[in-house]
Amino acid sequence: MSLLKGQALRVVRRQQALLDGVDITLQPGELLGLIGPNGAGKSTLLRLLAGIRNADSGGVLFRDAPLGSYEPATRARHIAYLPQAGDVAWPMSVERLVTLGRTPHLGPWQQPGPGDRAIIDRVLERTDLLGLRERPYDTLSGGEQARVRLARALATEADVLLADEPVAALDPAHQLDVMDLLREICDAGRAVIVVLHDLSLAAHYCDRLHLLHRGRTLAEGPPGKVMSEANLQTAYGITLDSDDRKRPFKLPWRRSNLPSR
Amino acid sequence: MNEHPQWRINALLGGGLLGVCLLSLLIGSQTIPLWQALQESFSSHPGVSAIILTELRLPRTLVALLAGASLGLCGAVMQSLLRNPLASPGLVGSASGAALGAVVTLYFGLASLAAFSLPLGGILGALLATLLVYLLAGREADTLTLILAGVAVNSFALALVSLLLNLAPSPYAVQEIALWMLGSLANVSRDDLLLLLPGTLLGWLLIARQGRALDLLTLGEEAADSLGVGLPRLRKRLFLAVALAVGSAISVTGAIGFIGLVVPHLLRPLVGYQPSRLLLPSALGGALLLLLADILVRAIPLPGEIKVGVITSLIGAPFFLWLILHGRRRAG
Repeated sequence: MSLLKGQALRVVRRQQALLDGVDITLQPGELLGLIGPNGAGKSTLLRLLAGIRNADSGGVLFRDAPLGSYEPATRARHIAYLPQAGDVAWPMSVERLVTLGRTPHLGPWQQPGPGDRAIIDRVLERTDLLGLRERPYDTLSGGEQARVRLARALATEADVLLADEPVAALDPAHQLDVMDLLREICDAGRAVIVVLHDLSLAAHYCDRLHLLHRGRTLAEGPPGKVMSEANLQTAYGITLDSDDRKRPFKLPWRRSNLPSR
Repeated sequence: MNEHPQWRINALLGGGLLGVCLLSLLIGSQTIPLWQALQESFSSHPGVSAIILTELRLPRTLVALLAGASLGLCGAVMQSLLRNPLASPGLVGSASGAALGAVVTLYFGLASLAAFSLPLGGILGALLATLLVYLLAGREADTLTLILAGVAVNSFALALVSLLLNLAPSPYAVQEIALWMLGSLANVSRDDLLLLLPGTLLGWLLIARQGRALDLLTLGEEAADSLGVGLPRLRKRLFLAVALAVGSAISVTGAIGFIGLVVPHLLRPLVGYQPSRLLLPSALGGALLLLLADILVRAIPLPGEIKVGVITSLIGAPFFLWLILHGRRRAG
């Protein structure tokens, strides 16, 4: 049984197909990288899978039931979505913003309890935000803000996390931290679809890659297969420049064991 | 930081409000012995002080309380819903629609035929204008489109008000309309209170449990949507609530500016910027501010009363400017 499945997804806007018959599946425990050039339809696909936008044709199944058949609150408990552009309207504190991620688990009048607090503490620790928990959002750097938004999505502890470019604003060390974290989530049995522009990160961390090009699936499978010279040439117009053909896009740097921050 | 526990802010505002209510009952052109008047009002032959208290001061105080609370609350709701600190409760048409509705009843002389037609016209105008904004913007509109539709409908409603002023049959009608537009609590009666009450309470009730959805909107519309907030439904519900509450308030009091804009803005830092925590304090603060302004109006020794709407704008505008400059200094 697949956890999340999109079938023949098609989205048309102003006579132009943003997505044109895309099939995608996500298995439990899987870290799936969604890659493709700008405008390929990655964000649109992620919105469909999150259930916040409807396809013009095709459908999304969560645990083999149509996503639309779930109550919004139930869906929110199972599928967490981290949008790409997440402007936060009010400078609330980091902790309060992250706490909002627990909302789908709360009853109408229920306040977050000790269990929720423990989850929030853990998430803050894993996103390196413990020291910033009282800080107003607008006093944080761009990278810190991105981590807060990720922490909010993680706090839901959903079965599926759909993250649209979560590492775009981060420095290299925090990029690795976030990817490690996503890996960890998947190893614990949950599943993640992550949109990435950094192909080395994608190749290094993801179990599978899904390459979109002009609203269609160009290739899909293990990183070594998807990142063929032909595919990259078609999708991005780039050629490989590496002597290590077995592990293309191996990270040119790695984390040192010395604490630097 | 300078963030306080929620209950302390509410207790402080609530206590202040109680004090100001008492003050409002005491202050006026006649000095009345409050306790004696209170006792008399329950007897079968109430004296003059008792009549002043129950027929004039009490309705006036309660109307100020309800209208001020609605303005403050709806200001907080609109700012949170539109994710914009410059949103006012009238932004999506309720205030200008109410003004137009009320002016129409004044223009056609309906208001003098039946007293209730003026507030009723106001509420109807507010509902229609808000509905128009909602339809113009469309179901899936983004926030900017909504604000622009609101601006367009507001200008159009106010243009129609000007047209009616322009075409008014007599100088008397012009004066009546113009004075109503200034916003006043001077002539409110018990009937006004009864007309104000249903729409106000219904509006508050519709807002009551939406704090959490407003909190989630902080994260952006898409994130809120993914967390289970049905944005089109939330908008419809809150638009209706604001049209009812603000429409009722404006129809009885006339245009009263700046309370809905300034009060939430002022209180927001004190509640840690969280929309759900801002609702009750904004209602209390709005009531407090309008009552204070009304007391000020009564206490200023001038021939003829200054209209309370003039006072709130007169104090509100410079204060708002100070807030912006102060905030900029702190940020820079």
